[in-house]
Amino acid sequence: MKAGGFLTEERREKLVLGGAAPLLALVTAMAITSLVMLLTGDNPFTAFSVMLDFGIKSDSQVWILNKAIPYYLSAVAVAIGFRMNLFNIGVDGQYRVAAFFAAVVGGALSLPGFVQIPVILLVAMVCGGIWAGIAGYLKATRGVSEVITTIMLNFIAGSLIAYFLKEGRLAEREGNIVHTPDIPGSSHFFEFATSVQPIHGTVLLALLIGVAYWFVLSRTRFGFDLRAVGRSESAAEASGVSVTRTVVTAMLLSGAVAGLVGMPTLLNESGNYGNDFPEGLGFTGIAIALLGRNHAIGMGFAALLWAFLERTGTQLEFEGFDQEIVGVMQGIIVLSVVVAYELVRRWGVRRQQRLVGEKLARARKSDNDQAEVSA
Amino acid sequence: MALRGITKRFPGVVANHDIDITVRRGTVHALVGENGAGKSTLMKILYGMQRPDEGTIAIDGEQVSFKGPAEAIARGIGMVHQHFMLADNLTVLENVVLGAEKAHGIGARARRRIAELSDTYGLNVRPDALVEDIGVADRQRVEILKVLYRGARTLILDEPTAVLVPQEVDALFHNLRGLTAEGLTVLFISHKLGEVLSVADAITVIRRGTTVGSVLPAETDPKRLAELMVGSELPTPATRESTVTDEPMLTVSGLHLSGTDSDGLRREVLADIDFTIHRGEVMGIAGVEGNGQAELVEAVMGIRTPDGGSVTLDGEEISTASTRRRREAGIGYVPEDRHRHALLLDAPLWENRMLGHVTEPPNSRGPWLTGGQARADTRRIVEEYDVRTPGIEVTAGSLSGGNQQKLIVGREMSHQPKVLIAAHPTRGVDVGAQAQIWDEIRRARHEGLAVLLISADLDELIGLSDSLRVMYRGRLVADADPATITPEELGTAMTGTASGHLTAEGAETAEPAEPADAAEPAEPADSSGAAEGSGAVAETTENDTPADGSGTPDGNDAEGGAR
Repeated sequence: MKAGGFLTEERREKLVLGGAAPLLALVTAMAITSLVMLLTGDNPFTAFSVMLDFGIKSDSQVWILNKAIPYYLSAVAVAIGFRMNLFNIGVDGQYRVAAFFAAVVGGALSLPGFVQIPVILLVAMVCGGIWAGIAGYLKATRGVSEVITTIMLNFIAGSLIAYFLKEGRLAEREGNIVHTPDIPGSSHFFEFATSVQPIHGTVLLALLIGVAYWFVLSRTRFGFDLRAVGRSESAAEASGVSVTRTVVTAMLLSGAVAGLVGMPTLLNESGNYGNDFPEGLGFTGIAIALLGRNHAIGMGFAALLWAFLERTGTQLEFEGFDQEIVGVMQGIIVLSVVVAYELVRRWGVRRQQRLVGEKLARARKSDNDQAEVSA
Repeated sequence: MALRGITKRFPGVVANHDIDITVRRGTVHALVGENGAGKSTLMKILYGMQRPDEGTIAIDGEQVSFKGPAEAIARGIGMVHQHFMLADNLTVLENVVLGAEKAHGIGARARRRIAELSDTYGLNVRPDALVEDIGVADRQRVEILKVLYRGARTLILDEPTAVLVPQEVDALFHNLRGLTAEGLTVLFISHKLGEVLSVADAITVIRRGTTVGSVLPAETDPKRLAELMVGSELPTPATRESTVTDEPMLTVSGLHLSGTDSDGLRREVLADIDFTIHRGEVMGIAGVEGNGQAELVEAVMGIRTPDGGSVTLDGEEISTASTRRRREAGIGYVPEDRHRHALLLDAPLWENRMLGHVTEPPNSRGPWLTGGQARADTRRIVEEYDVRTPGIEVTAGSLSGGNQQKLIVGREMSHQPKVLIAAHPTRGVDVGAQAQIWDEIRRARHEGLAVLLISADLDELIGLSDSLRVMYRGRLVADADPATITPEELGTAMTGTASGHLTAEGAETAEPAEPADAAEPAEPADSSGAAEGSGAVAETTENDTPADGSGTPDGNDAEGGAR
């Protein structure tokens, strides 16, 4: 009976703690940003109201949502690694390799859309998986740190794409842009029409990945194994989890999700992979995974916040503010997040230990009482 | 040196209260107490790693308060940790000088000083040997030298004999006497009463976080000291009627494992291991730590791959099965190091209940987890095994050691294992939890469980086991009948001097050159079985709590997270 009472209290507390950290981080970040703006002679409140006004305009909303899709996918890819203590810095290289070869395959085929889109997605996931799998394999068999290998693989990915992305190899020239052959229009992803620009249909892909991420990690045996390895490799090993296999699998999955990061751009916007294809989404993903605490919904909010900042940053420039302030803001948010999470975590641990102590004291007291009764 | 009224509160763990100790200069002062009695916390306070909530420390009559180890060192207090803190890839000289470059430079002056100290105290170190090339006992001497080099006049040694074989223990004690002869003071922490009685000039006993008495070795014996350590009534691990059957449950034959040491040389870790444990039998393995027991357990669990030999569980060949497969087949496992191998400290209790059994009900059905059932079953374990916790959502790391161990034992027992591999099942566990764990093993044995018991506690081994083996340098060198053997005889056999079947007479034929230092003190043979039952219950009610204060509402000002 007592346990039930404690349970609800604990769950409530968990929710409060979960929400407290990002809130604390955002408030801190806003305070520091305001200070920076005051120091540079700008009025922070004007800036914030400009951002808010512009950010909630309907075309801004669509822009933010579309921008958040690859951010979210990238964050999930990073988070899969984080959950088992692997730092996959290589999402950047993985999604570019994946998008490039998916674009090449997509441009070379002209199948009906319902066949070709899955083929393109599959190629992307396989390529991303292979690229990350190299790091996973080296980690599992040779113990090479995945941080090092994935960074190096980012550079190799860049060179690999640069080699193939040339006229006469796998690409064609159009003005200043060199790009892979266009994917037929029938193979573009569907869109949701709105009164302004359309919303990318790949948003459903992101939702699907988010749900799958949550489900696999928290509701399946495989997810449990993965989290166990992340929490304690030695305990997982003793419990019967094959650590090497889990490392490789997690890297493959992380890479496969990373492979999808370029798809919203490829299938909803450009239709080809050119030398203007967006770079650096993988690094943004790291920041968003941190901000969203590797939580499926948290990362959704974080991706939207990130896109909101980028959208409104451009407007700040029109209003005479320094556009760099958004970059400053993003940096400060990530730093405050890391600090705030650690603070809240420590506070939670202390509180829990106190609860345990109280319980023990109570139990002892009641034991003593009983002893007196029996005596 | 005098400690007065030292109190330290931690949430959830045993701390200290009202500690009073007076240590005279030039003596070896032993601090004894059970695992978890609060010895280590006290030493950390003395060494400045923790600050007491109340109480005072005085050195030579002058009251001191340390903010960190650096200040303690400056006041001449040095600590030799149980786990050595040496850089393997540096020489002895470099290790000693490291961090104390200011004292005598790093060149010829430092070398001279080291040679001088080594000669004065008979430490006999080779300054240019690489630390990775020297043995455990030598490393310990390097640690002592390190402390002396920093000008320590008071040395704290935390369980220094845990890693040593008896001869090395003797050599260490010889060194310690050399130190006190030069006017230094040694504070010696141990729970091995035989050793304490042979080396100490004065003994202070700690029980449940407080000092319960100070005695002189000449005026006491192991039995009285043991009673002081655990309270008036000693729980006894003795099992009574035999439940051994002739149905083999776990058969290991010809097991062989070799490893590569730091020099790249192949070395036998396990050789020719043969044994059979039957239904309802507890087989104990005695041995000084580091003689292959941990490797044996890991080989049986499938965590290490042996070079040869076979493992058969209840007629099923599992020599090549994965760890998970072996667990599913019915091997329960209580690992030696519960923090590293048995728990996810940051995960809630119910997730820890899944660990190691995630493929079995009530934790999962097919590939899907069944969290609700696992939670319900965790509540049952908490209830049945008396795990003291406010709920099952708290992290495993916030429980005290005894409660963590009860959860682990409860988890392993909940899957009806055929064989239980228990490595030091009651290490670092308070007396109440210890009695409960023993009861649980006895109950399961009665129902047909086969147990492989590894323990450094010889009384536990002799008391619980139906048969005993002695392990030395990776081999099972001798066997013994727990009904007739004494801890002293077993301790002697652990030094590798005996082989074959040990009987009371047989032990005498083993070279008596080795005193039974490694042996735990004799359990009082007269603690009656009838008293044991009620005694254990009484212990349970009193013992499993942390020291006073840690549980009271003002506990929140104590430094949590220290663990």
